[in-house]
Amino acid sequence: VSNLIIIEGGRVIDPATSVDGIRTVVLRDGQVAEVSERADPPAGAIIIDARGKWVTPGFIDLHVHLREPGQEYKETVASGARAAVAGGFTSIVCMPNTSPVNDTLAVTELILARAAAAGLARVYPCGCISRGSGGEELAEYGELKAGGCVALSDDGKPVMSSALMRRALEYASVFDLPLTVHEEDLALVGKGVMHEGAASTRLGLKGIPGQAEEVMVLRDIALAELTGGRVHIAHASSAGTVRAIRDAKRRGIAITAEVTPHHLTLADEDLAASGYSTAFKMSPPLRSAADLAACVAGLADGTIDCIATDHAPHSPVEKELEFDAALNGIVGLETAFPVCLALVKTGRLTAQRLIEALTAGPARAFGLPGGTLARGAPADLVILDPVAEWLCTADRLHSKSWNSPWLGHRLTGRCTHAIVGGRLVHQDGKER
Amino acid sequence: VIGRQRHCIALEDFSREELLLVLDLAVSMKEVLLRPIKKVPSLRGKSVVNLFFEASTRTRSSFEIAAKVLSADALNWTSATSSVTKGETLVDTARNLEAMRPDVLVIRHSASGAPRLVAQHVACAVVSAGDGAHEHPSQGLLDCFTIREKLGTLEGKTLAIVGDISHSRVARSDLHAFPKLGTTVRLCGPPTMIPVGVEKMGCTVTHDLRTAVEGADAVVMLRIQHERIGDPLIPTTREYSRLWGLNAAKARNWLKPSALILHPGPINRGVELSPDVADGPHSVILDQVQNGVAVRMAILYLLAGGDPAEATA
Repeated sequence: VSNLIIIEGGRVIDPATSVDGIRTVVLRDGQVAEVSERADPPAGAIIIDARGKWVTPGFIDLHVHLREPGQEYKETVASGARAAVAGGFTSIVCMPNTSPVNDTLAVTELILARAAAAGLARVYPCGCISRGSGGEELAEYGELKAGGCVALSDDGKPVMSSALMRRALEYASVFDLPLTVHEEDLALVGKGVMHEGAASTRLGLKGIPGQAEEVMVLRDIALAELTGGRVHIAHASSAGTVRAIRDAKRRGIAITAEVTPHHLTLADEDLAASGYSTAFKMSPPLRSAADLAACVAGLADGTIDCIATDHAPHSPVEKELEFDAALNGIVGLETAFPVCLALVKTGRLTAQRLIEALTAGPARAFGLPGGTLARGAPADLVILDPVAEWLCTADRLHSKSWNSPWLGHRLTGRCTHAIVGGRLVHQDGKER
Repeated sequence: VIGRQRHCIALEDFSREELLLVLDLAVSMKEVLLRPIKKVPSLRGKSVVNLFFEASTRTRSSFEIAAKVLSADALNWTSATSSVTKGETLVDTARNLEAMRPDVLVIRHSASGAPRLVAQHVACAVVSAGDGAHEHPSQGLLDCFTIREKLGTLEGKTLAIVGDISHSRVARSDLHAFPKLGTTVRLCGPPTMIPVGVEKMGCTVTHDLRTAVEGADAVVMLRIQHERIGDPLIPTTREYSRLWGLNAAKARNWLKPSALILHPGPINRGVELSPDVADGPHSVILDQVQNGVAVRMAILYLLAGGDPAEATA
């Protein structure tokens, strides 16, 4: 018996195949069978009416913190995967800074087992660059790759040793694994908790200049050139970073980059206006309006390959604190689409480029399946209502945590259906 | 309330009128302090809790005396711990104190923004006695009070603030208050001590002490921390003192005869100020301490619900 789903009447946006128009999508047996101007629905098909909506490949998020094992009170693989599909992400890459960290096969296998049990988004583990993320010895990339890791990172901890970074890039090239790097020179960061500028001066909070990121990006571009390894810049946030990546790509260096929805839409003055709200504390910090504009421009011109949420769930125990004491990070899976859609509505990004940055862009950066509705591709697809308004509240979010600067805000745009491998896993705010 | 302000957390929030409301009331409060019987019943039955997470003798004592002169009950709660890892969170501590129903909570904390966080979780008025490098509003007000009292007005005057502006909450409160009252502010210090973008707060910046103090009507000399491990801002206090410290010779050659020298205390004698200048004719440092009590009386009185017209009856 073939499993057949037909999505009719929607605006199909699939940048990978240059499709943008009203199309009918046929999904058969877990694969995309056809995208065409019209199709006669065969008997036995599930038909979804997508008139007035966008139909796109399922989103892919290269940067998610699922907190399991070890910090299940913040998030689990299952709750994170549920939040993912609710936000339109059918594939997510989960960062290794769990407890214990994902530097061994056992942790990788546990994550994959939990993801399989949840049966929602596809979950791709990211292994550690260094053993214990200690920044000293290499982790066992061969075993991590064999277990299912698709990338390596010591996320949250910059690889401060240039020598280790060099060896990691060399060694990882055997397994064709990209290194996702959190770029901050910790000496320049010091005790900084927000971007350094007029806002940090007024608030009396210790600042971190954008150059703390830029100097490490420049180092890793040099090391990518030396080793031929694949560097992926996590959460690019400064104008200098965008400029450095643009130059490196022009010179043909193997570098990719992501930017978060919050670095595309919020700046340090928004933090100042919030009255020290820790929902605006993240690493890297929200930067200046000029940095924000450079990130948007970099995403628009392709310098930055993709949007990644850096979904970082924390409980009130870690957030309802003095700004200096609160942990970094915000949840992002369920707000990414509406937040970034605002850039389209204000004309700073095209709809096609937005969807590309959420689908084909990340798929190409890490070589993941999906990200397209080409014939034969996995039947990972989402239906998006670009005009639906909703109130972002803790109750409305599927994540276990609600540490978001958009909490209490009305957002426009949401995912109404998510299909993973031909299975409808999310519909209209409730799980299927 | 102080105008529209339910709390006194940041002078950034205060309008010119609200600043003047406190300064004018502080004049009558100072008069009370100079009486033989230094006690008025204005806040009888009200309570003030001093919640100090950072060592402070003068500011805490000043708030305590201010409360007592107004007949409020004052309780001091001092805590060395200010971090979540060391036990009760700030919000929990504040809620516990709130349950004791104080009228005013005075808080000092090493983290910028801490009083704002507390204010979000308690019903009583919150007064910041200094938070991190953010603001020290009562100090800013007492600086205004002192200079206005000595010079008659703040309109058209020039104030120089010299020292580690980056780490100074006093400088920030001064920067939010003086320009609203008509005073021009100049900042001075080595570039490592001048925070990014500070000129957007409405001041000029110079690295040359003479340029800063020449022609100034008043000079605030900030305290220099001897060592900041891991973040060296100056090579030595010796070199700092030569370049940015004020001694008798510099005072004689560069200062107007009528210029005032202020310092938020405690003074590092021989670093930012030589002893002869600290105790010399320009110095109004001890006036500041006395005026601090008057200004804090005014703040407590207004925030505890007092009517300005009946303050010292």
